[in-house]
Amino acid sequence: MSNTLLDVRNLRTEFATQDGIVHAVNGVSFVLEEGETLGLVGESGSGKSVSMLTVMRLIPMPPGRIPSGEVIFQGNDLLKLSAEEMRQIRGNKIAMVFQDPMTSLNPVLTIGTQITEALELHMGMNNEQARKRAAELLKMVNIPEAERRLDDYPHQFSGGMRQRVMIAIGLSCSPQLLIADEPTTALDVTIQAQITDIVKRLKRELGMAIIWITHDLGVIAGLADRINVMYSGYIVETAPTKELFANPLHPYTVGLLGSIPRLDEGKREKLTPIEGLPPDLVNLPVGCPFYDRCRFRTEKCLQENPPLMSVGVKHWSACWNYEDVRQQRDAILKRTALPVAGTPQS
Amino acid sequence: MQAQPQTKLPPPAASANDTKPILQVKDLKKYFPITQGILFQKKVADVKAVDGITFDVLPGETLGLVGESGCGKSTTGRTILQLYRPTEGSVIFENKDLAQLKGEDLRKMRSNMQMIFQDPYASLNPRMTVGDIIAEPLEVHNIAKGKEKKERVQELLQIVNLNPYFINRYPHEFSGGQRQRIGIARALAVNPDFIVCDEPISALDVSIQAQIINLLGELQERFGLTYLFIAHDLSVVRHISDRVAVMYLGKIVELTDSKALYANPLHPYTRALLSAVPIPDPVIEEKRERIILVGDVPSPVNPPKGCRFHTRCPLAIPICKEVAPEWREVGNGHFVECHVV
Repeated sequence: MSNTLLDVRNLRTEFATQDGIVHAVNGVSFVLEEGETLGLVGESGSGKSVSMLTVMRLIPMPPGRIPSGEVIFQGNDLLKLSAEEMRQIRGNKIAMVFQDPMTSLNPVLTIGTQITEALELHMGMNNEQARKRAAELLKMVNIPEAERRLDDYPHQFSGGMRQRVMIAIGLSCSPQLLIADEPTTALDVTIQAQITDIVKRLKRELGMAIIWITHDLGVIAGLADRINVMYSGYIVETAPTKELFANPLHPYTVGLLGSIPRLDEGKREKLTPIEGLPPDLVNLPVGCPFYDRCRFRTEKCLQENPPLMSVGVKHWSACWNYEDVRQQRDAILKRTALPVAGTPQS
Repeated sequence: MQAQPQTKLPPPAASANDTKPILQVKDLKKYFPITQGILFQKKVADVKAVDGITFDVLPGETLGLVGESGCGKSTTGRTILQLYRPTEGSVIFENKDLAQLKGEDLRKMRSNMQMIFQDPYASLNPRMTVGDIIAEPLEVHNIAKGKEKKERVQELLQIVNLNPYFINRYPHEFSGGQRQRIGIARALAVNPDFIVCDEPISALDVSIQAQIINLLGELQERFGLTYLFIAHDLSVVRHISDRVAVMYLGKIVELTDSKALYANPLHPYTRALLSAVPIPDPVIEEKRERIILVGDVPSPVNPPKGCRFHTRCPLAIPICKEVAPEWREVGNGHFVECHVV
């Protein structure tokens, strides 16, 4: 078995606001192994981005606060490191790629300057070496005429190319862990396919671990080894990717799968949406946060918030009634598959 | 039970070939000028956002219009509704060419065609109450006044599954999905036949998207609406549309019924687009082979000569660089614009 790279234990993040304390992350625990790809799936406000920003120590404090938790990365608790020590890790051992390629690059610096910055800082390269390495990195993410483009500014690149530049910056110091926060959400599907293709290739070549944050179950199905489904700051279900899609055991996961139209289905009369809205993170209920929207709810769910319970091999679900979910979900997920474009014809 | 507002006939079968189209778009072009100079502005070039497209929309059907950002799909929707005046071409709606209509005549036509916008945060005036927002089209078109108006607004709120007591609230008090329902109620206020839905769900969370998709489907059945459904998400378009048109750089490259488009895509761009859409199933994803397009979409200011797709096309042959392919029917209402297929 491979070794543990990142061990997150009971992580909580809160923000003090005018309306009260927003409980963004509420006791998240998971383990990431070396070279593993983990998908973090959830809707806006589910805490998927905030939990990773907390791992990276990028939460502004105040208003942010981390009342409990440990983030053990290669034996050290990142939450206990000094700002200087953290700087040695950020960008070097753990790198992050953000959602919006339009705003995450500095518009007044050339692409070359922005890539070489990390190389000179973390790898101790001189200017010439760094430039050479920067050109290699751009080639690695399929940017043509890499050497010439180093002197261009971000506005001279398209959205997809900027995101590739961001990935090149993320990979510049050969990190052990790359955190990608919805890196393809702002992009068109054909460009998204380019990016996921590059990331899959680079992962094979470089062997780093990836945490891929997304709201798109389709994107993550083809990428991740394991998936954490998040809701209201909790991990509500976690399982290996194939197991999760074949055997979802939390009502929210079932709801998500039932509410997305699939390309490989015929025109269906109706989707099965999740009715209602997620709960207010200031006034979280005592019981299960999904109670209001859940079709499997019982009295117990109102009184006690379910912990993650083992429901199968490497499969945990935070639902008291997961057996009911197992029996009834097929009615919700009923689908008829048609041949898919892009599938090799036999 | 609530009363049906000015009951309409049930939608006629959309597939019948002899059905008269509700909307005919012929060789529609929309160019936006690029100007230079301060006092004497001189036109130096055009952004050819929509560059000669032809299609019909049949009554009661949903025509999906898909393409990537910048392909001209939203401009098409807006030009059809005359929110942008077309540079060339005609838009025939209920036997009148909208491109020729002006002023009062055009304004009257607008009560038959409405739009649902993409961004529910930007398309509702934050200083108006929900009641005023939905009532505005009723006032503009002199449909209802006073008590009758209020009742109609409450009825509309119920139709989109919102509580009629929300009438005095402001948009900021609602979530994204609820706001989109308000936008839909506003579009329905004048009892239109035809609605352009411009990416109505792309700003919403996944679980909320399904609510809106279902609502649009129910309303179509109930009021016999015809939709032009603009979106970049092919899975959604497939789910909701009877026929689908695929746009690339200002042109429609393929148009057919949605089953045929997915089962038998002909244009190389359509094939690449379909293969790029991820499917939420790891077993299928493992086996799929993607057609990865190289490069980016060229600029619509200087679209490539010949076929616009030839710079990225895996099937391109010499003629594609020189001669623009014709828009032709390859059988059974399946249109395509390509030399190779």
